[in-house]
Amino acid sequence: MSFWHFLQLNWPELLLLVRQHIVLVFIAILIAVIIGVPVGILLTRHRALRGPVLGIANIMQTIPSLALFGFLIPLPFIGGIGSRTALVALVLYSLLPIIRNTVTGILGVEPSVREAAVAMGMTDSQVLRQVELPLAMGVIVTGIRVATVIAVGVTTIAAAVGAGGLGVYIFRGLRQYDNNLLLAGAFSAALLALAADFLLGLVERQFTSPASRQNKRWPIAQLLVFAVAAVIILEGGYTLWRNARDNSTKTKPVAIGSKDFTESALLAEIVAQMLEARGVSVERRFELGGNLPHEAMVSGTLDLYPEYTGTSYTAILHHAPIGDPRAVYDQVKQEYASKFNVEVSPPLGFENTFAILVRGEEARRRNLKTISDAAPHTPQWRAGFGQDFMSRADGYPGFSKAYGLKFAEVREMDLSLTYIALSSRQVDLIAANSTEGRIQTLDLFQLADDRHYFPPYEAVYLVRQDSLTRVPALREVLATLANSISTEEMRRLNYEIDGNKRDPKEVVREWLATKRK
Amino acid sequence: MPDTVDNPLVQFQNVSYSLPTAANIIVNLNLSVEQGETLVLLGESGSGKTTTLKFVNRLLIPTTGEVRVEGKTTTAWDPIALRRRIGYVIQEGGLFPHFTIARNVGLVPSLSRWDQARIDERVRELLSLVGLDPERFAERYPRELSGGQRQRVGVARALAADPPLLLLDEPFGALDPLTRASLQKEFADLTARLGKTAIVVTHDVREALILGKRIALMHQGELVLLETPERFLASTNPQARAYLETLNYEPQKGTKGTKDI
Repeated sequence: MSFWHFLQLNWPELLLLVRQHIVLVFIAILIAVIIGVPVGILLTRHRALRGPVLGIANIMQTIPSLALFGFLIPLPFIGGIGSRTALVALVLYSLLPIIRNTVTGILGVEPSVREAAVAMGMTDSQVLRQVELPLAMGVIVTGIRVATVIAVGVTTIAAAVGAGGLGVYIFRGLRQYDNNLLLAGAFSAALLALAADFLLGLVERQFTSPASRQNKRWPIAQLLVFAVAAVIILEGGYTLWRNARDNSTKTKPVAIGSKDFTESALLAEIVAQMLEARGVSVERRFELGGNLPHEAMVSGTLDLYPEYTGTSYTAILHHAPIGDPRAVYDQVKQEYASKFNVEVSPPLGFENTFAILVRGEEARRRNLKTISDAAPHTPQWRAGFGQDFMSRADGYPGFSKAYGLKFAEVREMDLSLTYIALSSRQVDLIAANSTEGRIQTLDLFQLADDRHYFPPYEAVYLVRQDSLTRVPALREVLATLANSISTEEMRRLNYEIDGNKRDPKEVVREWLATKRK
Repeated sequence: MPDTVDNPLVQFQNVSYSLPTAANIIVNLNLSVEQGETLVLLGESGSGKTTTLKFVNRLLIPTTGEVRVEGKTTTAWDPIALRRRIGYVIQEGGLFPHFTIARNVGLVPSLSRWDQARIDERVRELLSLVGLDPERFAERYPRELSGGQRQRVGVARALAADPPLLLLDEPFGALDPLTRASLQKEFADLTARLGKTAIVVTHDVREALILGKRIALMHQGELVLLETPERFLASTNPQARAYLETLNYEPQKGTKGTKDI
C-alpha cells in the first residue's frame, strides 16, 4: 500500500493520535512550568539549594525515558498505566531545562540594574516582578521551548505505558514491520516538534529582540500560541465534561487490554466488538508491554485481557512447567480465582506455544525434525529471541538448559523482527509464536518439542470477577467464544494483519460476521 | 581631622568593615555630612569609597560602628523606607532597559503610589531640569540614548521623589571629557539650587575639586584627609600631593587655576 493511500484510509486515527500527543505534551509542559519557574525563582534566592535541586533535575533527565516509565509503573497513586503515569514522567523530564533557564535568566540580569532596583527601595518581590522576570523572560521561554521539543520526542514512548500518542503508530509499525505506520508516526512527531519549536521561537523573539520589546500591541506569535492553547484547553474541557456526563448516566466502560503483539490485540478486539454490538461501552488499552496487562488487571485498571494458560502457570504463578493441558488449565483457574479474584474463560480452541523455528531449507538439508536433532548444530548457530522469551523463566534460560543448548551468539531483538532475521540468514534459530502466519510464507520449519519442555499455552481470556458481575454481557460473550478459534484460523487471521497489512478492526469485523452465519 | 558639623544628615561613627575573605576593607571611619553640602569621597580603586557609600543606603552593613541617617542608625531604619528617601545614581545610570525613559524616571514615585497624573507631571519637570526635552525623550528606551543622556536620566530618576539626600557612585566616569565637564557644572548648580545633600564617589581629583564642598580622601580603607578644596590644594599630605601632582600643580602656588582645567 502506498503511503498516500494509507494516509487516506487512516487519517482519522492519525489525527486522534496527534491530538492525544499534543494534549500530553501541553499538559506536561504546563505543569512543568507551574512547578519549574517558581522553583527556579526560589533557587535564585537560596544559593545553598541550587546545587542539590539542579543536580536532582539533571539526574531525572539522564535516566533513559523508557526506564523512567518502568520505575514509575509499580508506584502507588502516580503509577499504573495510562496518561497519568506518562504525565509524571514527562513533567520530570521537562523540569530541568525550565528550572535551569529560569535560574540562568534571572541571575543573568545586569548586576547594576538589579543594584539600582534595590537601591531605589524596591522590595524583593517588586524587583522580581518588575525587573528580573521581565528581563529574564527571553531565556526562560528558551527553556520552555527546549523542554517542549524534548517532550514531543519523549511522548512517543508514552505509548509503551498505554498513554496513546504517536508512539502507538511507531511501536505498531515496528512490531508489524509496516513502514507506513512507522512513517506516519515518526514523521508526524517530527513535524509536531518543528512546529512547537517554531511557534515558541516566535514568542521567544518577542522577548529577546530589542525592537520587538517596544511593541505595545499583542504580538502575533503570542496570539497564535494562546489560540492553540485555548483550543486545546477548550477541547480537553469539553471531553472531560462529556466523559463525566456519560459516566453519570451510563456505566463505566469495560477496559480491555492486550499484550503487544498482533494476536493478542486481535483476540482483545474480538471481545471489544462483541461487547459493543451488545451496547456495552468499551475502552481499548491495547499493546501493553511485559507484565503490564497482569498488573493492570490485578490493580483494577483493566477488566479483561487475553492470556495463555502456560504463561499464567509458569511466569505468573511460578510453577515448574508440566505437559498436561487439562491439569495446567485447572490449576490456573483455581489459583487465579483464589489469589486474584479473576476468572479464567473456557479455552478458545487453539494453542500458541513457542515455535522453535529454523529455515526450511536448513531443516531439509540436515534432516531436522525435533529440537534434539538440532541440538548438536547449535554451537555454530546464532539465535535471535524476543524480549519476552529472553526474560521469562520458562523461556530461554529453562529451554537451553532442558535441551543442553549452547549457541555461538544469542541476540535479543523485537519479536516481530526475528522472522525476517531468520529468513535473511542473520540468525539461524528463533523462538516464535506457533500461530504466526509467516511460518508458511517464509518457508520456516517448526522443530518438534520432543522433550515436552514447553507447557501447553491454551488461549483464554482472563476477566475480573467484579467485572463479570458489573457487566452481565461479558459472561455471555465469553461463553460464545469458547472453543471457537482453531489454530489454522488464528494463523490466517494473524497473517491478514501481519502479512496482508490489513486493518485489525476490519479483519475482526469480517470474521465476526462470518461467525454469526 | 576637624569635623565640626552639628545636626549632620549622615554620620559615620567608628565604622569598620571586614569580610571573611578580606580584612580591613574600612578601618575606623568617622565622618559627618552636613545638610546641603556635597561631600566627595575621593580615592583610588580599592580605597573603600564605594563601600562607604553603600553603608548610607544600607546596601551594606558595617561590621562594627554605626551609620546614622537623619539621626537614626541604618539598622534601625526600614530598608525600603530608607532607600526611598535617598536618590542613587551609578555609572552608566543603571536604567531599566525594558522601561521607557518616563517609566524609569517615575519609578520611585510609582513605588510610593503617587497618582499617575502627578507622576507624569513630575517626570516632565525633571527631564526638563536635566536638560532633556520631555517630548523627545519620554517615550524612548535607554539604549536609544547616548551615554551622557542616560546619565542625565539617571540623575532625574534619583531626584524624582524629591529625596533630601543623593548618593552618586562615579556618575560621570563613563563620559567623554567635554560631556563630563558640562554635566559636572550642571550638577553643581542643580544641587545648590535644590538644596540637596549629596555624597559623590570619584577617583577623579578634578571632579572632586569642582563638585565638593569638602573632599574626604580615602586610602586603603582609612579616611586620610577631610578638607575644603582650597585647603586640599594646599595640603602637604602625601596622598593628596600624589593626586595633585597628576594635575601638574605645585601646592605652593595659588588656588586659582582650577577653573581652566
